[in-house]
Formats: sequence, C-alpha cells, structure tokens
Amino acid sequence: MAAPRAPLHLVTPVWNRGTRGTRGLSRAVAPEGSQKKGRSLLQFLADRFYDVQALREYLLRKQVLKVHQKNRPFTYIRERFGPHAAGAYFILKQGGAVKFQGKEWIRSDARGHFSLDFLKFQAVPVEAVDASGCAINYQGLDSVLALKELQSLWLQRCPHVDDWCLGRLHPLANSLQELSLAGCPRISERGLASLHHLQNLRRLDISDLPAVSNPGLTRILVEEMLPSCQVLGADWAQGLPSGPEEQSRDTASPLPA
Amino acid sequence: MLRRALQPGLSRGVLGRGLGTHRGRSTLGKVEGSGGYRGSWVAPVSSYVTFRTRDPTHDGKTVGRLGEGDQNGKVSEIKKKIQSVLPRGAWNPLRDTSYLPPEHSDVVIVGGGVIGLSVAYWLKRLEKPQGAIRVLVVERDHTYSQASTALSVGGIRQQFSVPENIQLSLFSVEFLRNINEYLAVVDDPPLDIQFNPSGYLLLASEKGAAVMESNVKVQRQEGAKVCLMSPEQLRNKFPWINTEGVALASYGMEHEGWFDPWCLLQGLRRKVQSMGVLFCHGEVTRFVSSSSHTETTSGEEVTLRRIHEVHAQEEMYLSRCPVCGPGPPSPPPLVPAGEDGPQPGVPACGMCPRDQCGRGLVWPDRRAGWCREGAPWHPAGHPAPCGAEEKGPGLETPFVIDASGAYFRREGLGNNYLGGCSPTEEEEPDPGNLEVDHDFFQDKVWPPLAQRVPAFETLKVRSAWAGYYDYNTFDQNGVVGPHPLVVNMYFATGFSGHGLQQAPAVGRAVAEMVLDGHFRTINLSPFLFNRFYLGEKVQEHNII
Repeated sequence: MAAPRAPLHLVTPVWNRGTRGTRGLSRAVAPEGSQKKGRSLLQFLADRFYDVQALREYLLRKQVLKVHQKNRPFTYIRERFGPHAAGAYFILKQGGAVKFQGKEWIRSDARGHFSLDFLKFQAVPVEAVDASGCAINYQGLDSVLALKELQSLWLQRCPHVDDWCLGRLHPLANSLQELSLAGCPRISERGLASLHHLQNLRRLDISDLPAVSNPGLTRILVEEMLPSCQVLGADWAQGLPSGPEEQSRDTASPLPA
Repeated sequence: MLRRALQPGLSRGVLGRGLGTHRGRSTLGKVEGSGGYRGSWVAPVSSYVTFRTRDPTHDGKTVGRLGEGDQNGKVSEIKKKIQSVLPRGAWNPLRDTSYLPPEHSDVVIVGGGVIGLSVAYWLKRLEKPQGAIRVLVVERDHTYSQASTALSVGGIRQQFSVPENIQLSLFSVEFLRNINEYLAVVDDPPLDIQFNPSGYLLLASEKGAAVMESNVKVQRQEGAKVCLMSPEQLRNKFPWINTEGVALASYGMEHEGWFDPWCLLQGLRRKVQSMGVLFCHGEVTRFVSSSSHTETTSGEEVTLRRIHEVHAQEEMYLSRCPVCGPGPPSPPPLVPAGEDGPQPGVPACGMCPRDQCGRGLVWPDRRAGWCREGAPWHPAGHPAPCGAEEKGPGLETPFVIDASGAYFRREGLGNNYLGGCSPTEEEEPDPGNLEVDHDFFQDKVWPPLAQRVPAFETLKVRSAWAGYYDYNTFDQNGVVGPHPLVVNMYFATGFSGHGLQQAPAVGRAVAEMVLDGHFRTINLSPFLFNRFYLGEKVQEHNII
C-alpha cells in the first residue's frame, strides 16, 4: 500500500499559484475612462478574474486539506499504546464514540474534549465504533481497520465515505457483525456489491442512500448476497410499478426501515 | 584572423544544439560567450549572443547576432520583424487566424484519447514554471466514435506478471480514487466515474497454476491485494461457478474493478482545456525532419533525425498544410524516418495502423464485447414460473476471466452481463471495419462461459460492439519513452488492451521523460523502445 501513496507527495501542488502574467493584460484591456471613483465591486472583481479564480481554487484546496488533516494517522499513539487505543483516539478526535470490550461508551463532549483514560487499557479490544456524521474518509479508515475485533461499525451520514471505502472493509470480515451506512450521500449499489466479504454480518442498514439508483432492487440483491444477514433498507416495493406480473415476496419480509 | 576567432564559437554552437537536442526541449534562448584567451585585439567579437527561437525553419542557424555596438542590435531587430511578417511568421495582419491551432508549439501530442490527454495533463501539471510550454493535441475524431477509450470494457486490475505493470495500475487506481482532486475545475460538477470495486477473478487450469502462483507472489510484493483460492473455496464463495477444470484462482480484493471510461475521458478533456492545452482537429499525415550524422562509439554511422514540422490534415476543406488533398478516411502509414520512407534495419516504429511492410510491431486488433441478458432471477425459495432455471451470478460477481481467455462481468442491476473474448492471432479479423461477427460469439465466447457458469446456458444477446486493441506483437507490453533515432519523438503506445487502466501513470511517466529526461516515480526502462533492437522481451502473461 506504500507504493500508491508515495508519488502523491512528489507532485507539487498547483493550487498555491499566485497571480498569473495575464493580470497585466486585463489591465491593459480595461478602458482608461473607467477610472471613476464609484467603480462597482463587480467591476473590480471582473478586472481581476484570474486572481479571483486562484483564490477560489485556494479555498477549495484548503477545504480538501482540512479533511485530509482530520484523517491523519496517529502513529505515535499507535506505537506507544497499540492499535486499539490509536483507533479509539482517532474516532474520538473526529467527534465519534467508542466502546471497549466490557466498558461503557466513551464519547467526546460538545467542545470536542474527551478523557484519555482509555489509554491505560492494556490491549482491550474495541468492540463498537460510532462514527456518525464524522469526516472519516478512505485514508482515515486505516485506523479503523486496525481494530481487528470490531463487532459494530456505524457510519451513518458520513459525507466522505464512498464506494472505495466499502471495498476496503474486508479485513474486518471475521468479526464485524453490524454495519450501518444509512444516509451516506456517496454510497451507491456498486460499493454495496463489495460487502459480500463480510460473511459474519448480521445487521446491515442501507436505508436512505440517495446515490443508489434503485433502492428496492438493491436491497433484494444485497439480501441475496448476504443470506444470513438482516438488511434494513428501503421498502422492497419502493420504485416498482404495481402490476399483475408482481409475485408475492412474503418470505423476504421487510422490516420497517 | 577573424575566421579563427569565429570558428571556435561556431563549433560550440553545434555542440550546444546537440545538447539541447538530446534533452528533447526547444531552447528559448542561449547565451554563449567566447573565451577570453584570444586577447584584446579581437575585442570587436569578444562576445556574441546567439538566439534560437521556436521558429522551426531556422533551427540551428543563428537568427540574430548582437555584437558590440548599437548598429548591429538594430539590424537584428529589423531582421526579426521582417521574418515575423513573412508568411511563416507568427504575425499575420491580413486575416484573423486565431481560431486555427497555433503554428508553433513546444509539444505536439498525436492522438487525443485517454493516453494523449493524460500526457497533456501531466505535462501541464509538472511544468516549471507554470505556463512554460505550449501543448497541442491533434485528434482526428472529436466524437471518439472509433477510439479504443470509448469502446473499452473499462476494467482495471493489478493482476499482471510484470512488476512495472502492477505499479502503473496501482497509481492509476489512486488517481481514479482521487479524481476529483486531480481533475477539479472551478464551477464544474464533480466527476462520477461509477467505479465498481468488485475485483477480478482469474481462473487457471492445471498447467497455468504454477505461473499464477508466482504471479501472485510478484503482485503481493508490489502491494496488490490478491488472494489465491482453491476450487473448494471458489464454490463456497461463488455458488454459481462450475469449477470443473479449474485448479487455482486468484481474486483481487481491493483496487480492482471497472469504471466508466467515457467519464474519465471527458474529465481529462475538460481539465486540460482549463489548463491551457490547445486542440487541433485533424489527422497527422507527415513529419518534416532534418537529419544529422554521427558515429557511435564503435565507429558505425548513425543518422539522427529531429522533427521540425508536424503536418496535420483537417477533415474540412480548410487544409492548412496541403501535403495531400482530401483523402480517404483511412490513415496512411506513418513512419517517423524523414521523407525517404522506412530505412532498412529499423523496425516499423509502432505507429503504423496497418502493416507497413507485412509485419508491423503494434497494430490495432479488433476485440468484440457482447452485452447479454442472464437467466431471469428469482428470490430464493420461490418457484420459477417457467421451468427450473439456475440462479445467475448476483451482485457480488467480479470480473471473471476464464482460463480459455473468455471473460464476463456484471453490468448494472438488471441481470445483464458484459462479456467477450480476444481472438487469437490466426483468427484475427480485418482491422479496417468494426463489424461484429456474431458467429464468433456462438463458437468462441459462449461455450466456455456457459461451461463455467451453468446459468449462462439460457443467455440472450442484447447488443454487441467491437473495438481496437493497440496490440504489441512483440511482447504485449506498452512502448514508452523516446525514439532512439528521432531525437525529439516519444512513444506511449502498444498497451495491448490495458492502456486505459495504465493511462494516468503512463501520462505521468512520459511527462517526466519529456521534462526531465528520465523517469522519476515509476521506472519504465523495461518498456523503452530499445528492447526491440536488443531483442529483450518483457513478456506479459496475463493479457486478456
């Protein structure tokens, strides 16, 4: 996995470019008569088109970097306290909640502070992770995948969890029993296809996924793919036209989503 | 006396040109001073400056010469102005030609498919300083109706046998995953390449099992996530498969799957246009080059060429370079060996769309794909309405490649599948037309697939199409890097069916070669053109 990430750092980012040589050009083009004092803000911005564009690109890049910063690995904690503590710290830092085996849920408060008592637990595995609403992404999943005995993972409404992330969950196949993906805007049926590795899964929540094209059919196909799993999702009849060719599907009875 | 003073300067000029030549860049200006050893009596010519502009017609000759004294400077300025007004110059006051592609550019990329656009993107991204080079992409069909990119099945995998191929594919996956960071354009919507992370499943018979094991070892060393499965495990995981004749299977768990190549192409196009790459709608017909003779270390005479002009013919009647009149749509063969045709001893460079002399090295192969409807699907436990049908492969179906060479993958949710097979070299159809041969499906594609997946016995063909492979007949691997005899020409071709999945990484490698003179991130020296001379095959075994 080191190979694909290393070249990224060698490429210089183009986002921090300043003004380009054509700024002088736009000034030359502007007629001399428009030097009046009441020049509007719009005219001001239009004259500096490339500057404004560079600024917008910079702001966009800053947002992306913010998410990257949130998903950085905590290698020191991992080396010192072990992968479970590092994963717990990562989740708590993002604003989620963690449950160690035999202990209570640990949450960070409204200000983002949390107690560091869990660092004293010696090799107690993390049992459940609640990362609802967190800005966890593909890189950040490194910390979660290190939790080898994770049983329950909630990724509800995570804005950066997408199909690529779902393809990464297979190392947790032995232990993961509950997975919730409700409300994630970037997950589609293509990512759900890669969940078939998780054969120990007992509960899967795929309700309210806006990017899935056909929720009812997808839910049926996922149920077919994971026979011993209870799938909470869209109602199977959703999106289907009613007609005589429909068969009764009473054994695949849907539970209320 | 004057002649003696001038000659050392002139010879240095020739050497300077050679250096610039080998690096493949056009120098914008070069300042040389003559040495101070001549003493003060040659003060009038003690220093002179040679300019070399981008004007290709004057390559190698000094365009302006400034000596001591103002008069020489004025003369050279006037000379330059006169040259720019003359027909080949940059300034044309009589009509507005701004809509035409530029007369001069630093890099001309022949072909605007995914590889060409990827090279353009990385050139613009890696250039220092920004905006330093002008890149022109020449593409003959902007609808991409016959382009391999648009007609590709769109798979990406790391299950190759050559380590460089695996590294290329790994970087390309990382590029696709972060495509909205690489190819973001302000105010344009983000790209959705519709990636299916379902993985590839390669099946091997008894005799291919040992090769597959060693390949998987190499793949794991490079960082690919591949696992080996026995027939027993295969049956557990994919109950719809018939494991008769399968000894071993390798399954890619991560970073493998398929995506929408058209989206990648349009995303690249949009981004390179925003970066300032210029496009030319035309077909490259001819190169005009100059040659220089040198000797190798063993005393052999070698002719080096340098391309100065690229002539392209547009389809409209506006032909800027009337080399040949509006001709037939089929492309004439291109061999960058100057105007006197291919030289004996030099193999065809690989750009010949047809056999140049009966035996091209890289030529387009036709591959066909079929989109089929599978068996009607029913939920477990319910009787099928008409006859007992087997359950078709479901949502978890990977891209399955059978030992016989036939392959298929799932397409969408409606129980549709996409499959095909590559014809062997003997039964290769004529690359001139892209008509689909339906008998080929009946005889060569369907039987192995129906044997592998019993549910496919009841398939119906919905549609079919054919596309080209840039097939390298030597060793089925790409040709990347400079031409050994044409000093400013670079290749990126011959990928034999996996050009799309290696395009982002190959583009970066070629850009590094053009800008720096060597590969920086992924070392593709095994793929250089020299291997054809030396006879060193870099054989890729896992070609579909």
